[in-house]
Amino acid sequence: MSMDLRTITIEPLRQTFGHLARRMGADKPASRYMEGTMDLQPVENYHYRPTWDPSHDIFDPARTRITMKDWYALKDPRQFYYGAWTLARGRMQETATADFDLADELGLATGYPAAGKKVINEVLLPLRHVAWASNINNSAVAAYGYGIAISQAAAYACMDQLGIAQFITRLGIAFDEIDALAEAKQDWLEAPVWQGLRHYVEDMMVMDDWFELFVTQNFALEGLLFPLIYDKLTDRLNAAHGPVLSMLTRFQREWFTENVKWVDAVLKAAAADNPANKALLGEWIAAARQRSVEVLTPVAELAFGTDGAAVLDEVVQQLNARAAKAGIPV
Amino acid sequence: MDMKVSKKLGLKERYTMMTRDLAWDTTFQPMDKVFPQVGYEGIKIHDWDKWEDPFRLTMDAYWKYQAEKERKLYAILDAFNQNNGHLSVTDARYINVLKLFLGSTPPLELMAARGFSMVARQMVGAGPRVACMMQSVDEYRHFQTQIHSISNYNRFYNGLDEFAHQQSRMWYLSDGKSFFDDAITAGPFEFMVAIGFAFEYVLTNILFVPFISGAAYNGDMAAMTVGFSAQSDEARHMTLGLECIKFMLEQDPDNLPIVQRWIDKWTWRGTRKLASVGMMMDYMLPKRIMSFKEAWEIYFEQNGTALFTDLARYGVKVPKCFGQTIEEKEHITHQSWIGFYMKPDACPFHTWIPAPDELDWLSEKYPNTFDKYYRPVLEHFDRQEKAGKRFNNKTQPMNCQVCVSTIKFNEPGDPMEMCFRETVYKGEKFHFCSDHCKEIFENEPEKYVQTFISSHAALQGKCEPEGTDVNAHDYRPGARMHAYWRMDKRATGDFNGSEDQKNFAKWRAQATKN
Amino acid sequence: MTSNAFIAFQKNEETRCIVEAIVDDNPDAVVVDQPAMVKVDVPGRLVIKRATVEEKMGRDFDLQELQLHLITISGHLDESDDEFTLSWEA
Repeated sequence: MSMDLRTITIEPLRQTFGHLARRMGADKPASRYMEGTMDLQPVENYHYRPTWDPSHDIFDPARTRITMKDWYALKDPRQFYYGAWTLARGRMQETATADFDLADELGLATGYPAAGKKVINEVLLPLRHVAWASNINNSAVAAYGYGIAISQAAAYACMDQLGIAQFITRLGIAFDEIDALAEAKQDWLEAPVWQGLRHYVEDMMVMDDWFELFVTQNFALEGLLFPLIYDKLTDRLNAAHGPVLSMLTRFQREWFTENVKWVDAVLKAAAADNPANKALLGEWIAAARQRSVEVLTPVAELAFGTDGAAVLDEVVQQLNARAAKAGIPV
Repeated sequence: MDMKVSKKLGLKERYTMMTRDLAWDTTFQPMDKVFPQVGYEGIKIHDWDKWEDPFRLTMDAYWKYQAEKERKLYAILDAFNQNNGHLSVTDARYINVLKLFLGSTPPLELMAARGFSMVARQMVGAGPRVACMMQSVDEYRHFQTQIHSISNYNRFYNGLDEFAHQQSRMWYLSDGKSFFDDAITAGPFEFMVAIGFAFEYVLTNILFVPFISGAAYNGDMAAMTVGFSAQSDEARHMTLGLECIKFMLEQDPDNLPIVQRWIDKWTWRGTRKLASVGMMMDYMLPKRIMSFKEAWEIYFEQNGTALFTDLARYGVKVPKCFGQTIEEKEHITHQSWIGFYMKPDACPFHTWIPAPDELDWLSEKYPNTFDKYYRPVLEHFDRQEKAGKRFNNKTQPMNCQVCVSTIKFNEPGDPMEMCFRETVYKGEKFHFCSDHCKEIFENEPEKYVQTFISSHAALQGKCEPEGTDVNAHDYRPGARMHAYWRMDKRATGDFNGSEDQKNFAKWRAQATKN
Repeated sequence: MTSNAFIAFQKNEETRCIVEAIVDDNPDAVVVDQPAMVKVDVPGRLVIKRATVEEKMGRDFDLQELQLHLITISGHLDESDDEFTLSWEA
């Protein structure tokens, strides 16, 4: 029996799953992002309480002070389900790898002027540990956040930060500075310039409220740190020593631009849900901004000398603008 | 592809720089506050640096390979869907496998994703943390690709549309849910033994390898692609589970009795869960490649023996239940299928009596048990069905307090006798399907008294569709279970005469005629 | 009795070369064909050598590419730049 299945047209009985049709208000095709995200986390009939946290259910909205009528309003504007995320990162790593190969082949990194290398070693390389901290803190959001919309995006952010820590490591190696990586770690652990920042990320590791952690780590700290380093500092070094550093930090720069969309959308949706959220987010952002500025001040001075405070103030203005756009008065 | 670092660095050194060299011991906050869960289970770890990383994937290599897998997978899915691939499966009965699979598997993969995020947050060592995180996102991959591959079937067949609603509510999905709820509510090390070791290493092979090969054999390119593609991550996951066991055992001799108790517990819990997988292989695949019994022998007995022979150097013994599972391999799939057949109103998939040649295949594959115990039952049901007296059990099942399976398995050594066990705890009586489940309860009664048993909960008025007034004078508990489950009547009962059967035949006919 | 270490792959052109390489480097290898997959059993220790796979494929091969095709493994894993080994202690 030969069959030509392609040529026949048959009428489907339905367009999508019941939970998605109810969410969309109509039986129409749903995106792969929606199919892989919406309303999938169990919400009731749990069998047991966690032995590690008996005062909560396995998934429990009470693990944060933020409240939501619909936790899936915290959706990702990039529509990253695993396949979309890994394809996007696959493309980015391909470009980055080609850049590193080219720099290696042409000796661009090893020939980088010593003055520039010194700044990279002292300012950039310790940041691999900050990325590692962000990886830990995002894994907490992925673990204890409520609903798959936030948990999956945090899980991807967690892997992204590991990737960033590895790209910084690779940068050190590309500049043929393996010893510098060891020195940078020593600085991270002991040099006074880094202790405020290290203290801060360690404090985040014991923060109870996952949403506050999200705001502190992903919005406030990274919202200042990434533009400070991957925009302001690379610009300054490029002007002095040519564009190779921009080339070898492209991943971080592109990633940040994209990640901001997610972070801001989550804040905007939470603020829009109710006034109490909005007020709480405002409080959190104000506190996190203040402490972030405190701990980044010595880092900015190390990077920009006497211009440090002014440059930091510029990125603070950018952060304030983002908060305002998300509807959060700070 | 992989991090091309200085030529001097080998794979292992390179990987160390890219992972554990990033971590440090916190000093502004004490380590036991940053990682509060690693102590309370009693597992002693003295040196996290002794953890061996078996697969050394840096993120760029991970993204490169995973992106390539995803690109292939979705290309095949799109082509399969565009070409009405669902009509190329062997026969429409096969689609019922997907219904059972969609209800039972993606929700558990999701729990694995969340559970590995939790363990990734709690493990002190950078090595296990990175491996757990990677597994967590892999598990996101698995439940999403499974849903995506079955999504198109949902447009044409009944019983798939409410899996998300049913996952926490449907009686027969409760055993899998309790398995993962149990693991995720345990501490991080027990989770690793439960999911990383017992489930991934000892049992997933039997879930996926013969089953997915079977999907391929039945023409389901979508399920085959998704299944095998998921398995390509599984090799990494199995290795993580095994490494974790070895790590705990090497760290301190006091860990052995704890680990052994977990191995005994989780191997048994996993085995109970697999009864329905075996049933798919033996009863639901129209074309079969091997029986559940044969798969069990290759992937559990032989492989498990290799594993436990190897682990004997640490003092680990073969799981206590090993002997019983070997006896049960000739029974459980038949008991499960008969159990589901007897409840045609309460499942969103169809059942049927195997055709005569299929009964002969079962006789051949199960020479010790099938003709003696099960064929007569099936033939009896068949006669009743043909006489218009289709068997229909409308009562609530009795469930095991630990594994939540319907109590239906036989007494060890006596296939004609149902196995019941009970114990009294704080004045209340609890029921079990087996000695192993009873022992699990007695080790942690405070945990297992909490088990959510839907047949009890329904009678207590806890399983009602929204808007039900349980205080109304005419309220009858459990009378509206179909609404609570959001069960489509068309999805229930016999395959013969079902809408699926008719539609499949009609659509296939369109493809063969002008 | 020595336990079998094993590995299984999806069937495709690449894995045909990999399986050939395994058979060359592991004289006791037994190849089991199944729908859409192929499994190779070797008593005790199974090794995949990068050089042999490269010879079969006629191109450079990174052992991490095995990730693309794997279905399952059995045995303790050790991976270096040149060899991928699965083994059981007797």
